[in-house]
Amino acid sequence: MNPPIGYRPQNVSHRAPPSWPFWAIISSVTVIYLLLLVAMIAAASHYSAPSDLWRALQSREIRHAIVLSLITCTISAQLSLLVAVPVGYLLARGKFPGKNLLDTLLDVPIVLPPMVIGICLLILFQTPPMRALERHIPFTYTVFGVVLAQFVVAAAFAVRQMRTTFVHLDPRPEEVALTLGCSRGQAMRWVTLPAARRGMFSAVSVAWARSLGEFGPILVFAGATRMKTEVVPTTVWLELSVGNLEAAIAVSLLMIAMSIIVLLGMRAMGDHP
Amino acid sequence: MIALEGISARSGVFELNNISLRIPDAIYAVLMGPTGCGKTTLLEIVCGLRKPATGKVLINQRDVTREAPGNRGIGYVPQDGALFPTMTIRRHLAFAPQIHHWPRTKVTDRVTELADHLGIAHLLDRLPAGLSGGERQRVALGRALAVRPAALLLDEPLSALDPDLRSDLSNLLQRVQREEGISVLHVTHDRNEATRLGEMHLVLSSGGVMSAVGQT
Repeated sequence: MNPPIGYRPQNVSHRAPPSWPFWAIISSVTVIYLLLLVAMIAAASHYSAPSDLWRALQSREIRHAIVLSLITCTISAQLSLLVAVPVGYLLARGKFPGKNLLDTLLDVPIVLPPMVIGICLLILFQTPPMRALERHIPFTYTVFGVVLAQFVVAAAFAVRQMRTTFVHLDPRPEEVALTLGCSRGQAMRWVTLPAARRGMFSAVSVAWARSLGEFGPILVFAGATRMKTEVVPTTVWLELSVGNLEAAIAVSLLMIAMSIIVLLGMRAMGDHP
Repeated sequence: MIALEGISARSGVFELNNISLRIPDAIYAVLMGPTGCGKTTLLEIVCGLRKPATGKVLINQRDVTREAPGNRGIGYVPQDGALFPTMTIRRHLAFAPQIHHWPRTKVTDRVTELADHLGIAHLLDRLPAGLSGGERQRVALGRALAVRPAALLLDEPLSALDPDLRSDLSNLLQRVQREEGISVLHVTHDRNEATRLGEMHLVLSSGGVMSAVGQT
């Protein structure tokens, strides 16, 4: 007799292979990558004695650079968020011609070589309108220039982060808020932004971290003047260029410590309202 | 009263074709139709989240086609409730009255009244995460009713619920509609639900054409 239609013999001899090789492979990749990072930091710390760190911290120039880095990164990260929220929202929710082009243009600071960004900024500030602006706020070779150079790159990363955040947020609650009498702005303020809180902290963190590591555009556009526009990456470069490897490494370690502390703090704030 | 006059719209694969309907005051209307025929789109047009290509939307004889969603006097309960993830249930119920600048005591009274009415008084200080499907729908319903809208739009409010909860909530919907005395447009694809709740039955076919069935 034929088996009934839809009948499929159960292949009991087939057993699904165990899942441990899968987990073993992805864990190994993670461990190898992590080892590389830890080994780099460990080698650097091993090379530098605590006395080098102490000596670096005692230098007035280096202390100035650290404080300047902390202040400028914080300002440029906040400016980045201020820009990233509306731009990210527009990219995520807006429907308009040329959206793909806009999306690509906004990624330009991410793909351009850092030096080129510095050169572009320098040339931009040679144009008449920017020269007029500089009569009131001088950017070239000043602290404002440091912030602007950091902002140009950091904002592009923050925009990407906010765009992803808004794309993943359900638009329905916001629409319901509109039917309940909210203006677009009120719906954004009361419904969308609170739900995007974690994404906003990520955006600030990524912008802050990018700003801290920014070197090329700052060197070209704001210079490397000690006690004026010298930030931590500039210090590392200046110390290296005079052959003071110990100080360069000590400052690098300080930079790593600063970024880990700030990023962990930021993540903790984002997770616990 | 909810009235549509010659509404047409096109969106991706489906279209709505010259749809006209009239739901009288305090009538519970049920709209049925196959999945993907544009039922949700029609609700979005009524509440102003989407613009029709042609036609008019009237709420209580007032042409609201060009009004913003918030100025139409409509309460909208989307499919999964779409609660505000960061707000407590109390704030959900108080949300619309606060946006409408009600005095504080009136807001508090309305929240208490709604919470008792909908059986969610014990949930007031919780966040939406962790609420059951039925609880979410009750909260969404309370949020939509808070400023006493003239019409209530429900998008498959019972579809995600267990059979027991379904009958509880459909009783509640019926009671609320009678007590608040509002017109309801309830979208579903469940025939039993439609028979049980509807005083007026509408069918949207996959060609985007509306017909009224067995109107009482």
